[in-house]
Amino acid sequence: MRRLTVLLAFAGGFFAVGALLRRTSGRGRERVDLYYADGSMKTLADGSVDAARLLSLAREAIHAARA
Amino acid sequence: MDGTQAIADLTEISSQIESVVLLDGKSAVAGSTFTDDTAATRFAEAAKALLEAAEGLREGGEPLTQLEAETPEGSVFVLREGDRLIAATTVPDPTVGLVFYDLKSALRAAEDAKPKRKPRARAPKKTTKAAKDDA
Repeated sequence: MRRLTVLLAFAGGFFAVGALLRRTSGRGRERVDLYYADGSMKTLADGSVDAARLLSLAREAIHAARA
Repeated sequence: MDGTQAIADLTEISSQIESVVLLDGKSAVAGSTFTDDTAATRFAEAAKALLEAAEGLREGGEPLTQLEAETPEGSVFVLREGDRLIAATTVPDPTVGLVFYDLKSALRAAEDAKPKRKPRARAPKKTTKAAKDDA
């Protein structure tokens, strides 16, 4: 019984740490995904000039929505 | 369904969407979550500026139909179908596919509400003398 409790606690901890890592790994990330009529998609990752311009406009839109 | 109803349904089903605005073919606000028109127009203008800037990146290619800009504060989604447009902000880390699906459904629901041309009234059937005699 004790062994089972330890095993369950270990499994629970393992999944909790995994979930936490998955959540935090995407946080703070900035990017823009563009979808075209032909079904193609282009991602502008944070750091490029185009992404910086679009992300600045996106932040303006968010602030306009929350003002 | 009109734009206001489409937006009401959208916000009811999606807890990730914070604010949304729907523009009709004349770029007028057809529905939004904003309490005043000035705020709705301000957000719509900002979303259109984002879409236009993104369109400028690929001149001469396929038209841009939708975009998502992800920031730590939240995401901005802009979708266009024909001459209609819907833009929304969401909480950080949204379920992208689900938000796009919900926005597209709202846009189409509002599109279906557009008044359709009335069918022309049929001319009354000609009655022949023979038909009258049969009756």
